[in-house]
Amino acid sequence: MNRWHRYWVAYNTILVKEVLRFTRIWVQTILPAAISTALYFLIFGKLIGERIGPMQGLGYLDFIVPGLVLMAVITNAYANVVSSFYSSKFSRYIEELLVSPTPNWVILAGYVTGGLARGLIVGIAVSLVALAFTDIEVHSFGISLLVFALTAILFSLGGFINAVYANSFDDISIIPTFVLTPLTYLGGVFYSIDLLPEPWHSLSLANPVLYMVNAFRYGLQGVSDIPLWIAFAIILGFIAVLAALSLHLLGRGVGIKT
Amino acid sequence: MPALALSQLTKTYRGGLQALKGVDLTVEAGDFFALLGPNGAGKSTLISIVASLVNKTSGRVEVFGHDLDLDPEAVKGCLGLVPQEFNFNLFLPVLEVVVNQAGYYGVPRREALVRAERYLRQLDLWDRRDTEMRKLSGGMKRRLMIARALVHEPRLLILDEPTAGVDIEIRRSMWSFLKDINRAGTTIILTTHYLEEAESLCRNVAIINHGQIAERADIGDLLRRLRTETFVLNLKGRVADLPELGGFVFQHVDDCTLEVEVSREHTINGLFAALSRNGIEVISLRNKQNRLERLFLEMVDEAATPGEGQA
Repeated sequence: MNRWHRYWVAYNTILVKEVLRFTRIWVQTILPAAISTALYFLIFGKLIGERIGPMQGLGYLDFIVPGLVLMAVITNAYANVVSSFYSSKFSRYIEELLVSPTPNWVILAGYVTGGLARGLIVGIAVSLVALAFTDIEVHSFGISLLVFALTAILFSLGGFINAVYANSFDDISIIPTFVLTPLTYLGGVFYSIDLLPEPWHSLSLANPVLYMVNAFRYGLQGVSDIPLWIAFAIILGFIAVLAALSLHLLGRGVGIKT
Repeated sequence: MPALALSQLTKTYRGGLQALKGVDLTVEAGDFFALLGPNGAGKSTLISIVASLVNKTSGRVEVFGHDLDLDPEAVKGCLGLVPQEFNFNLFLPVLEVVVNQAGYYGVPRREALVRAERYLRQLDLWDRRDTEMRKLSGGMKRRLMIARALVHEPRLLILDEPTAGVDIEIRRSMWSFLKDINRAGTTIILTTHYLEEAESLCRNVAIINHGQIAERADIGDLLRRLRTETFVLNLKGRVADLPELGGFVFQHVDDCTLEVEVSREHTINGLFAALSRNGIEVISLRNKQNRLERLFLEMVDEAATPGEGQA
């Protein structure tokens, strides 16, 4: 059998397994994001937002749409890979893959695409909720989709690395709680960083989530706090570093081999 | 070309435990091979290294001529592993577990479904194909691990304690299945604590102890090394006094049961003739201890106390 065909079959098997995993438990994986985003739109967008002036020339509700969609994508892409890969370690069925001739990069690609798929489905669900509160006029479909996909890939890789190092189920909630959530909330989802005084404005520029939120906002609404090319450079740079680290960890068998 | 060739294989775990101390071992293609050893001898470490689940410290592993360091994908493609511990996603149905495993080896889904049905039927699990793993009994899970390991049709099947905790009926049906697989050309390496299993299934054996191969031989040759065998005799009548027959050492178990130790120089025919001459009638006879078990214990004891063993 052709080597590449074998890789393709293995990749598809991992991907289908991953998609079936989160769609079987959609009440736990997809619905919560839609409900919490609806609450954000209702409380921050509708009730409080109407008392807040325009942000970057947009109504407050419109301004927070890109950030809330991307926040759901980030959280779900990360959560999908970290929980799935850690479960496979915990119950030892990762061994099914380790004994097979599936190369590490195919294993990684399968899990990351699983995270991307959940991010995509949750992103669509959240966008549909957003449509109930406001009209979404897309400035550039291409840029929106690219930022959306690259962000999901980046955080899927983050979830993978977290799962590799995790030794307990507690370990897979520490990074989302203490790193991911603060970065997302401080990443310009609810405000423009132009509102911040120094040194907070400059400090915000060190937050990678800021670049993703702004690039996505540009894709949807044509406005951004930062130049688009810087956002793409940072996202692609992080993806390259995290992918290389993930492959290194898999190659060494960190957390999965003795 | 050997199915498996290990050369100076060592493994030292973090913390300093030296599980393998330079193992050299060859298993020929087509063999049904037993790897025996007491708990902690290094059997599972050896198997896990061959199956790429544990990183070796040094040495060389070759499977059907493919070097594990140079061509791991070729090595993995030749191997099927039935591990000692259950390693399933407990929430997946049986059929999906087997079909997914085939997919990891590049078997397209349509072909994987055909093969999964074949092996699940052979192992009496087809009726359970839609059952979630967590709802299977221990014996069913053991059989499923065999189906999963065979679905990509490996040339070398490694089974680590495959019948542990399985009742005798299922164990015997698994033996019969494994014999068929071996006859069809698959090389099998088996570790087991049931030495009866090794004796009835395997042609060659290696005994590993303290991370080294203590013995590697044809099972028949090995058994011929037994100096004595002990039999239990059920008698028709009571025997108050132990008979004194040259070459045979008797012990009472109860009034109607005797144990007799028969040395290699004597035969069972001779024993029965001598018993008949003394008016002792025997209803039935059985081995007190599995022969391989006895030999195994002798070897392990000798390795533990070499001075006494040589005396």
